[in-house]
Amino acid sequence: MIEFQMPSLGADMEAGTLIEWRKKPGDAVKRGDIIAEVETQKGLIEIEVFDEGIIGELLIKEGTKVPVGTVMALINPTETTLETRKETISEKPTVKIQPTEEKIVEKATAEKFEERHIKVSPLAKRIATENNIDLSQIQGTGEDGSITKDDVEKAISQKAKIEKKEEKSLPKNLAIRSAIAAAMSKSNTDIPHYYLEKRIDITKALAWLREANSKRPIQKRLLPAALLIKAVAKSLIDFPELNAIWDNEVQIKKEINIGFVVSLRGGGVIIPAIHKASEKSIDEIMEALNDMIPRARAMKLRSSDLSDSTITITSLGEGGADVVFGVIYPPQVAIIGFGGSSQQPFAENGMLGIRTVFTVTLAGDHRATDGLIGSDFLVTLNKQLQNPEAL
Amino acid sequence: MKNNAAKINSTYREALKQGLREALQNDERVFLMGEDVGRYGGAFAVSKDLLQEFGEERIMDVPLSESGFVGAGIGAALAGMKPIVEVMTVNFSLLAMDQIVNNAATLLHMSGGQLNVPIVIRMGCGIGKQLAAQHSHSWEPFYAHIPGLIVLSVGTHEDARGMLLTALKSPDPVLIFEYTSMLNSEREIAADAGAVDISKAKVLKEGKDISIITYGTGVYKCLEAAAELATIGIDTEVLDLRVLRPLDEETFLASVAKTHRVLIVEDAWRSVSISSEISSRIMEKAFYELDAPVQRLCGVEVPIPYPLHLEDAAIPQKNDIVNAVKKMMSHD
Amino acid sequence: MNEDEIKKLVFQLLKQIAPDTEPSTLKPDENIRDTLDIDSFDSLQFLVSLDEKLGIEIPEQDYGKITTLKNLVDYILGKIK
Repeated sequence: MIEFQMPSLGADMEAGTLIEWRKKPGDAVKRGDIIAEVETQKGLIEIEVFDEGIIGELLIKEGTKVPVGTVMALINPTETTLETRKETISEKPTVKIQPTEEKIVEKATAEKFEERHIKVSPLAKRIATENNIDLSQIQGTGEDGSITKDDVEKAISQKAKIEKKEEKSLPKNLAIRSAIAAAMSKSNTDIPHYYLEKRIDITKALAWLREANSKRPIQKRLLPAALLIKAVAKSLIDFPELNAIWDNEVQIKKEINIGFVVSLRGGGVIIPAIHKASEKSIDEIMEALNDMIPRARAMKLRSSDLSDSTITITSLGEGGADVVFGVIYPPQVAIIGFGGSSQQPFAENGMLGIRTVFTVTLAGDHRATDGLIGSDFLVTLNKQLQNPEAL
Repeated sequence: MKNNAAKINSTYREALKQGLREALQNDERVFLMGEDVGRYGGAFAVSKDLLQEFGEERIMDVPLSESGFVGAGIGAALAGMKPIVEVMTVNFSLLAMDQIVNNAATLLHMSGGQLNVPIVIRMGCGIGKQLAAQHSHSWEPFYAHIPGLIVLSVGTHEDARGMLLTALKSPDPVLIFEYTSMLNSEREIAADAGAVDISKAKVLKEGKDISIITYGTGVYKCLEAAAELATIGIDTEVLDLRVLRPLDEETFLASVAKTHRVLIVEDAWRSVSISSEISSRIMEKAFYELDAPVQRLCGVEVPIPYPLHLEDAAIPQKNDIVNAVKKMMSHD
Repeated sequence: MNEDEIKKLVFQLLKQIAPDTEPSTLKPDENIRDTLDIDSFDSLQFLVSLDEKLGIEIPEQDYGKITTLKNLVDYILGKIK
């Protein structure tokens, strides 16, 4: 039996409120399936499951707030479940096509059926699917307890009421504000930061991007951020110490999952992760951004979007401040900041030219690494950005 | 005209007769042939006095030979006439089945599109006159099974007055089912009632809670049941199929989409019937509109008994319809 | 499509990416991104949806020609003619 727990979606998360189960006992789940929706300070998050099996029991009622780590459901791992399943099936009589007169037999099969299926009218099922209603939570009032359109409509109006209440009790950006406050205070208290900065000429990188974009339809165009994320990810391969978390000691992470700071309209930030960024092409990174940023802004992220980042990038974009010194998001050990780019006089090989330049910073956790590593990293990053075609 | 909206009382029989008269008056090529339609005035008196009015050439008595005279009618149709063949009751039509299926319904195909068979065959039918098993058949499903035929069911007085007129316009064979148990029933119809559409089903009473789909003698029974159900707050839609082949899916699927619940009522035996066809089509094309399984009230699958109380018990009655609807709605 | 219809569409699309703002209060010569606080990502989304609605492809080198409401509307008018 696998225990499914309330996941931690960042060091700042202490508890979450279960809003809705998306699976019910008997449902098969596999890695990546969404099992529940949980309200956190970062909004309504879809929680994914990481094991394969059959849901055994749901232990927590919808609407309950539970601390991180609380066992919420029990999952039977696939192998054993298959066996039990086989047994139950063999016990069942084969369903024969019956003449309509023999009603008794019909009923018997119908009852057997109920063990596995929720009885629901096609119309009710359609409406439930359209409105994201979990049928396992509805008590049917139709014939033989089947769920009808009316039952689903009642559930929809109840859900709307609950959601309204939730909204009232916790204004979204206030919640985010307090999450940021908690994480950043912890960072500033616990993490001895060191700061490094390097001015980098990105003329070539931007020219490469312009060239690439001129050949692309608008839907496929790349933003500089995609290029920067790729360059950071590639540089990190040589600096595993920076792609790590601190838990009384450095724990180096194999996957490079880059948290990208997305600022929200009306204040606050949210940091979804681009998983395995070093293995993704620039296009794939751009696709990931296209997928995540709108969801982040709509506060519709999944648990994996928020839970696994191993390092953070914050980018101010053009026209903003020149330099940004980041505050490390615990338990990570580094944050990289890209300042706003601008045209500047830039000396290179004894020549002075006008180049597009920006300042890249690194804030590192001095418990985990020393300045030299950070410095070497920025040098490597610069090299990567000078060879955009190789990224 | 001022009296456009005027109504008259008419029996079902009189409505059929006036339809027949109008058809004979309208077109010289139209003639009626059948057993006892002339001197006797029709086994059910539908063609009473028409012999005197139109003469022997056009109101033609024929021998007791269904296969023979239906075949003769088909021949006349092929030769440019507009025959109305009366088969006294649907029970005897089995003897003419070969003519109807292999000639009337199929000649257009066999001749490569050259030979239309514009014959109209009227048949008395229905249950409820204590005629015992051999004379109480509901063969609507048989004929609705056959491509090439148009099959009409006369469930209302308006249709009794008007269906024949439109059927005679059809280039293809039309079978009209007339229900003998309704002949004496009197209803109001428009004074100027005449030809009616024969391609669409008709919603006779609109409602939002449940659709009852029926035809033939089921129509008035269902309307009465709907009136009773209205008194307990159930808003029933009643739909008369009217055309059993080709079925007007559009109308009944729209009704399903509106009420999401369906009861189908017919006298014919349940298995492989009109109701099974309607039910399948709803499942195929409106599955996601259904809020409950489609239910059916049909004839009990036994030879229809002779004693009145058993005969009544063998087919759906008003109370059965009311009870079935109540049961379907009881969970709401 | 006339100028008013284009403006209406532009406002509608801007409202989608910046729901907390009132795009219709934009002055003709105000910088759209600065005034409505739109970042590069949302700006690209806006151009993608313009392309979807109107079928006009705006090359990157033209981004400088569409910074204000007036510029943008003139640019679109020129493209769809």
